[in-house]
Amino acid sequence: MRRVPDTGTRIRIASDGKSIDTSDAEFVINPYEEYALEQAVQLKEKHGGEVTVVTLGPEKTTQVIMKTLALGADKAVHLKCDRVPDDPSLVARALASELKGLDFDVLLFGKKGVDDDNQQVGQMVAELLGIPSVTQIVKLEVSDGKAVAHREVEGGSITVETTLPAAFTAEKDLTVPRYASLRELVAARKKPIVVRDVQLAQSSLEVVSIQYPQQRSPGKIVGKGVDAVPILVRLLHEEAKVI
Amino acid sequence: MTGEVLVFAESSGPTFRKAAFEAVTEGRRLADLLRVSEYALAIGNSLTDRVGELGKYGADKIILADDPSLGLFHPDYYRQIALDVIKRVSPSIILIAATSTGKDLAPRLAIHLDTAVASECTQLELEDGKLIATRPAYAGKVLLRVRVNSSPSIATLRPNVFTAKETAPGKKPTVEPVEFKRPNSPMVVKEFVSQGAKKLDLTEASVIISGGRGMGGPQNYKILEELAEVMGGVVGASRASVDAGWRPHSDQVGQTGRTVSPTLYIAAGISGAIQHRVGMINSKVIVAINKDPEAPIFGFADYGIVGDVFEVVPALTREMKVFYGKT
Repeated sequence: MRRVPDTGTRIRIASDGKSIDTSDAEFVINPYEEYALEQAVQLKEKHGGEVTVVTLGPEKTTQVIMKTLALGADKAVHLKCDRVPDDPSLVARALASELKGLDFDVLLFGKKGVDDDNQQVGQMVAELLGIPSVTQIVKLEVSDGKAVAHREVEGGSITVETTLPAAFTAEKDLTVPRYASLRELVAARKKPIVVRDVQLAQSSLEVVSIQYPQQRSPGKIVGKGVDAVPILVRLLHEEAKVI
Repeated sequence: MTGEVLVFAESSGPTFRKAAFEAVTEGRRLADLLRVSEYALAIGNSLTDRVGELGKYGADKIILADDPSLGLFHPDYYRQIALDVIKRVSPSIILIAATSTGKDLAPRLAIHLDTAVASECTQLELEDGKLIATRPAYAGKVLLRVRVNSSPSIATLRPNVFTAKETAPGKKPTVEPVEFKRPNSPMVVKEFVSQGAKKLDLTEASVIISGGRGMGGPQNYKILEELAEVMGGVVGASRASVDAGWRPHSDQVGQTGRTVSPTLYIAAGISGAIQHRVGMINSKVIVAINKDPEAPIFGFADYGIVGDVFEVVPALTREMKVFYGKT
């Protein structure tokens, strides 16, 4: 699980011109990990077992970890670092070295973080652990040490069967996340969080600079109702030259 | 010494994806700047007849792994083939389309090659022989310029952003088939279930007609389908209409859906909330049809019509039929 700034948050470029100033951002659970966590909790409810949340992030990640515990995770491991590195392979290596020591059947990730939009960590961890992995899944069925996953691809879905343990990365349609009740929020405070400091290697993906994209300026209102349609077609053809 | 440029040319059935031609075209440009050769790696089933097409887009040499078991993407099979080829070619740059296959494969390769991937790039440059990629992040609110300091540098290219151009129409590249020995894998890729008649994915479409909450219900998307058919486009949807169950998630444009960059994006009954905006803001031309003149979408659309979608869209379909000579 990773914490990300809420979509509504204004993103500011820091004064160094190559990092993001998140000091006043509001952080939430990465939406894709909400689908993954819900899937994990549903598997627990059906098959038994335990749900452990593993996350890499700064001190303040605790607030978001508490939310995952309220949503049904039993315990959490917080790998603490000053900031999440720009290179997803460093995140993957830190997670994989922690996961090597854990016994699990199903490893779930969100398909990507909605902050850096890299979509790399899940399959990287699986490669490092040498376990099978299926990315961007919309459906998962688990039974007898096996899983059948449906991954959403261009124009349809692909069905993949795999042995367990295996890793999966969640697409939006995988589950509908639940809401935590006040009682669960209170109970979450009693659940264990293991905190470990991690040292990260030098990143080979370097952010050189960050810019704001060019703003799109408002165009023209062609007109009102059906009368404007012929004018629009003419403009698309003659002015915009897209048809 | 600078190595070659290697491009993974993704196929879909017996043909190459448009995104593959885009990547090969961009690979050619970089290979020329570096004065090296461009290799294209094609993996799939029954590609032999089509593989020469990659030459037109600039590939000097094509490495082809063609086998019935490679028709659908299998992470273990594709990774093994790619790693074998990379070992032999020793490229300094690897380009892969940012499709569901490419985004799955690239990070796997990076782990085994001990390098990094710049994901979903929208622009590539070279600086002292090193790859610098521009890529949107934080829901498109910022553009990062990233440098891959390890070799080979891997970049995945956002579909529909780079231009596919036949720079060498008569070129006959050499084709080198590689023998594929299926490795043992705990994964069995069973089948592809098609979503229906839709031929093109939103990320590869040139024209997208999207409907939002203003469509009122699933039955009303028919008018968008009709317009899409006349224009050779594909129908998309806003998050609100997907969450309401009117359209499948694969149609969703926006933050938790597809990021698209078509030539023409027509938004019908879509207010233009940030979640939607980030998925389509890089369209070349945006048209908004909405009855609310205050809708945020008019703030960044190139052309707007204030009006009822149920009147304007069918009128637009009629007008486009005349334009395309279909009546």
